[in-house]
Amino acid sequence: MNTLTAFWNIFVKDMRTYYLKPPNISWGLIFPLAWTGMFFLKSGSGLESIPSLLPGLVAISILFGTTSMLSVTVTFEKKNRSFERLLLAPISLKSLMLAKTGGAIVFGVVNAFIPVIMAAFFADISQLRLIVFLPAVFFIAVASTFLGLFIAVSVSEVFEAQTFSNFFRFPMIFLCGLFFPISRLPMLLRPVSYALPLTYGADMLHGSIGGGNAMPLLLDLALLILFCAALFAASLWNIKRKWIA
Amino acid sequence: MTDAVNVSGLKKRFGEVEAVAGISFSVRQGELFGFLGPNGAGKTTTINMLTGLARPDSGTFSIGGIDCLENPRGAQHLIGVVPDESNLYPELSGFDNLSFCGALYGMRKTEREARARELLDSFGLAGAGSRKFSGYSKGMKRKLTIAAGIMHSPGILFLDEPTTGIDVASARQVRALIQDLHDRGTTIFLTTHYIEEAERLCGRIAFIVSGRIVRTDTVENLLQPILKKHVVHITCESLAEGIREDLASSFQGLAFTLPQNSMIRAEADSPVPVGPVVRFLEEAGAVVLEARRIRPSLEDVFVEVTGIESNAMQSEKRNGGGR
Repeated sequence: MNTLTAFWNIFVKDMRTYYLKPPNISWGLIFPLAWTGMFFLKSGSGLESIPSLLPGLVAISILFGTTSMLSVTVTFEKKNRSFERLLLAPISLKSLMLAKTGGAIVFGVVNAFIPVIMAAFFADISQLRLIVFLPAVFFIAVASTFLGLFIAVSVSEVFEAQTFSNFFRFPMIFLCGLFFPISRLPMLLRPVSYALPLTYGADMLHGSIGGGNAMPLLLDLALLILFCAALFAASLWNIKRKWIA
Repeated sequence: MTDAVNVSGLKKRFGEVEAVAGISFSVRQGELFGFLGPNGAGKTTTINMLTGLARPDSGTFSIGGIDCLENPRGAQHLIGVVPDESNLYPELSGFDNLSFCGALYGMRKTEREARARELLDSFGLAGAGSRKFSGYSKGMKRKLTIAAGIMHSPGILFLDEPTTGIDVASARQVRALIQDLHDRGTTIFLTTHYIEEAERLCGRIAFIVSGRIVRTDTVENLLQPILKKHVVHITCESLAEGIREDLASSFQGLAFTLPQNSMIRAEADSPVPVGPVVRFLEEAGAVVLEARRIRPSLEDVFVEVTGIESNAMQSEKRNGGGR
């Protein structure tokens, strides 16, 4: 019960303090809009191309929504030492970090639906298979959040967190099969693609719209969950090593 | 009765620096225990290890009878921690900060809100409860940080340099709050580099220097050997070279030191003949501004035990903040 109270209050505080702030909400709306516009202009295609662009846009919205906030807020709290308050609380480090990342996961999931809602106004997306789409969105949000956490505990300054985030995020846009298949990437880059969690999430998203997945969906899901577990474990190990040294 | 805190052979090293070098001590239930030493002596590192924010390299310790090496988070619910910097959430109000801190310890909403109101009231912050923490003055921040540390009514409170960097009036209020907490039965582990603060508040004190505890005793016992001493401080405009040696050869039985520029300290087992000493100085060309009898204090014991000149601690006071 004590852990549950602490967990819920950390989650609510972060939502109120960081994620539900107007600049953040507007960023969540503007970002997918800007990407959609950019791809339309670049491709010169009509509204019929929306379903094929949707998986990439959803993945980008989640990736940027989760990593941009979490890595900065955790670094900021570590820097001003308010994170010590959480470390002193009588809850396990695992519960604490799950509570701390909960807000970012929810924010990522909500962000994922913005392009979907917008697309529904302009194109027929009735072929969307929610049974595949929902777990894909959730686990991409979890993996991206834990990637943000991994970044946050690896750096000590807020600006480093932003730089380090971009170091991962921008290559992932091109390497993870969001807008063109991995098979079209140079042979040399393909192993890098398969080492990134978003590759499997994006494949699931393609599978959820028109069945365009390149790998079996269950394999995608299993690997995505494995990445989530590995990133979370690495982050916990890093916290123990660096922050409770 | 189990000791509130029991520490044995605790060590911590950061690279080449031995921050804590095998210290052992115990804090009794209900005691106000002082950990006194200059900056960099190992006080904060010790608190961090005891509260779970740092891992010791070796040694053992228990809090409330719980072995904290076997169960590092087992004693977290027993302790409250007030760090050396006010580290609450700047974007939350005073009330919300306290309520959030209560929630971290599993307090229910009604319980923690009532407790937050009670603490804001007793710490004189009731009028500022709805204001953001970032808008508080340093003294208010310090008081709210202490309030946050006792939100869950811990039996043992760790206070790290509670009056450093705040103004005189706020420091007084904070000391009164600490005394009040102690009177209500809270065990307090207080680190400070303010000697008078430790003397005024603590029952027992450990002197820590370069990561080593050089003496632990009650304030009464520490002061006992020097209480019979007679001390006079004489302040002059300037002092001629060799004046200390001249005084020593002229006044047998008196010990003379120069604790500060232009100040002579005369110490003896019997009352110091102030008149003759002042006359001697004036005849030697010094302009005497003031001669004052001083009650020997813990500072004298600290200097004697640690070998650290009191002016080293004094300069830390000046750099550290108001008294």
